[in-house]
Parts: sequence; structure tokens; C-alpha cells
Amino acid sequence: MSAALPLLALLEQEPAHGYTLKQRYDDRFARTRPLAFGQVYAALSRFEKRGWAEVTEVEVVDGPERRRYRITPDGVETVSAWVYAPQQPTEFAMSNLYARVSVALSSGRSAIDVLDRQRVQHLGRMRELTGLRKDADPTELLAITYELAHLDADLRWIEEAGNRLEELA
Amino acid sequence: MTPEPAVLATRGLTVRYGDTVAVDAVDLTFLPGSRTAVMGPSGSGKSSLLHALGGVVRPDGGEVWFENERLDRLSEAQRSRRRLARMGMVFQFGDLVPELTLVENVMLPLQVLGERARPARSRALEMLDALGVAEVAHRRTGAVSGGQAQRAAIARALVHRPAVVLADEPTGSLDSLTAEQVLDTMVAITTASGAALVVVTHEHVVASHLDDLVVLRDGRIAVGAPA
Ligand SMILES: Nc1ncnc2c1ncn2[C@@H]1O[C@H](COP(=O)(O)OP(=O)(O)OP(=O)(O)O)[C@@H](O)[C@H]1O
Ligand SMILES: [Mg+2]
Repeated sequence: MSAALPLLALLEQEPAHGYTLKQRYDDRFARTRPLAFGQVYAALSRFEKRGWAEVTEVEVVDGPERRRYRITPDGVETVSAWVYAPQQPTEFAMSNLYARVSVALSSGRSAIDVLDRQRVQHLGRMRELTGLRKDADPTELLAITYELAHLDADLRWIEEAGNRLEELA
Repeated sequence: MTPEPAVLATRGLTVRYGDTVAVDAVDLTFLPGSRTAVMGPSGSGKSSLLHALGGVVRPDGGEVWFENERLDRLSEAQRSRRRLARMGMVFQFGDLVPELTLVENVMLPLQVLGERARPARSRALEMLDALGVAEVAHRRTGAVSGGQAQRAAIARALVHRPAVVLADEPTGSLDSLTAEQVLDTMVAITTASGAALVVVTHEHVVASHLDDLVVLRDGRIAVGAPA
């Protein structure tokens, strides 16, 4: 999963310096693989170039500049589009889904909607595989069954997460 | 261009039990040959929807159109007549007649339609065979496993070539391999006859054998637009 959009979503919560943003990101999305500073600064300057974020102040604390960023309305729209856009059900889709659901929950967007949309994508792929399985040779069959089992497990998580969120709602 | 005529459709369909709104203003359209999975959390109104579609309960609001007729306006007797003749239903908690054998149960819809016993019996046996339960066809319902009874209930829902098949968790007691085989059989038979198939399920593997998806939450459609 690319770190850029989750970072932008964290910036949506409140304006921040790159350093704070990296810490929040690590706490929230990357417990096992912390983000490199370089990635954070690269992402922030890209946000600025695209008009998704702007610098609100520049402080100079003995030497290096610290730039504080704030999200723009365009940036907020970008976060929304990312949160709600279902992903191709590849092996990366789930960590991405996890991040999108988590952002939706903390930003007042509809997490159930995010889950429902992803479910449609996953089920579409399962349908494809179920169709392919009919005339698959034994090796293909193994691969197809493997992918189906994974998609099914993902969907169980989606279902369970959705039901729990429903209960809380 | 005229739209393809739906075999079954609802408008503003609403089912209540006291203060509980089980189905809340639902619009759905089922074309001949369509295959739809209905999913949603427990209590979201899936069975209530299916019962209203099949005319088992009369809705508290809205319309149910079946073969160009307002099903919700018919009397209970007329509704059961339509259901027995033109629909196949599989109930979530089964409703085979316990005093009868499986094959006798499957013969029932054909006999209600006036078919003679002999051809009815051989067609019923064929159907049980297609569902993999021919070897227990002559046992009473109480003397077969839950999964075998479930397959007989499916055979009974398909045997008279209905225009729609409404199945509520039809594979709930089956292992996943058998569940998929049963689904394939249901799809093959309804495809051959052009029937609309509607399957309530909580298993995505089952839903992956069907083309359309409707997800209910609190009696409303959360996913799946009307056709
Ligand atoms: N006969 C009844 N009397 C009163 N309330 C009912 C009755 N049948 C269903 N309900 C209520 O209506 C709502 C929808 O029930 P329904 O059986 O349609 O849900 P379902 O989606 O089929 O659930 P499940 O997945 O558990 O089978 C629930 O709140 C349920 O408690
Ligand atoms: Mg039910």
C-alpha cells in the first residue's frame, strides 16, 4: 500500500509537521514497518504541488526549517475518493482496505459503505474465478482454489467488521 | 426499445411486525433467467423479503408484481395457488412433510398441478438424482440428514419448472463442496427453464455462483440497485 493517501488522511485530522505526521502514521498504519522520513517529505511536497495541502508556517529552529502543513478542500476530496474507491482484490487490497476503513471511522465517513463497496469488487473476482474453475486443468484449479479461499477469508472479515460496525451504529 | 419484462418486481415493499420494520420500502426487479444473491446481517429482513416475494406474507405496504399481476392484492388462497403452480420456494427452516418420503414430498407440486402419479414420481426421482439424494428417496424426512432433507426441499422447489425460485439459505446444512454442486444444479435447471433464481445466503462462495448481489441492512437495500 502506498503511504501517500493515508498520510493525507492524517493531515486531514489536523495540521502537522512532517515529523508528527510520520509518528502518527507509524502508530496507526505501520506498526511493523515504520515509514522513512524521506517518504514523508516527498509525499508532503507532492501534496503541495497538487494543491492538496499548503504550508501554514515555517519555523526555523536552530538550523533546519520546520514546515507546518494543512490540508486543502481539494485534499479532502482526494481523501474521500480514496476512502470510498474499492480496490482490485489483490493481496495488497486488504491492508489498503484496513486503512480506508480506519480513516472512514475516524473522519466521520461511512465505514460500512467502504466495506460494502469493497465486497462488490471481491465478489466480482470470486465470480470470475468460479467461472474459470469450470474448465481449469489441475494446476490452474489449485491456483484458482487458493485465490478463492483467500478472497472468501477477506470477505468474512469484511462481513464481520461490517456487522460489528452496524451494532455500534 | 422496450425493457425486458420482469417476472417479479416490488415497489416500496414494506413488511412490519408490530413496531419492527423488517422490510423498508424496497424496490427490486427480477428478470427471467436472472440469478440474484441476497445477503445481509442476521435480522436484516432477508427471509421477510423472500416471504413477501413469494406471497407467503402479505406486505404492509407497497406492491409485489408477479407475472403481470399484483400478488399483494390477491387473497391468501389465490396467492398460494400462484405460489404452488408458478414458484418454487425453499424455506430457511425446511418444511418438508414429515409423514411422507422424500420422493413423495417432491411429487407434491406436480400432483397439485394435476399430474398423474407415475410421471410425477419419475420426474421427482430425476430431480432427487440431480441433487445427489436419489439413494434416500424412499426414506421419510425424519430418517435422513439435515443436508439430505435440504436437497430434497430444493428438488421440490425446482421439479415443476416454476417461473421463479426463491431459496432461503438453501445450502446452510451442506459442506462447501456439496453446497457448490447444489448451487450449480440450481443454476443449470433455472437457466434451462428461464426461471429467475433468488438465493438468500451468508456465504460468498454461494453468491459467487450468481450474477447479481443485493445486500440488505435494516430492511433497506445497502448494495445492489434495482435492475
Ligand atoms: N414473525 C415475526 N414476528 C416478529 N418479528 C419478526 C418475525 N419474523 C421476523 N421478525 C423480525 O423482523 C426482522 C427481520 O427478520 P428476518 O427473519 O426477515 O431476518 P433475516 O435477514 O432473514 O435474518 P436471519 O439471517 O437470521 O435469517 C428481525 O428484526 C426479526 O426479529
Ligand atoms: Mg432468515
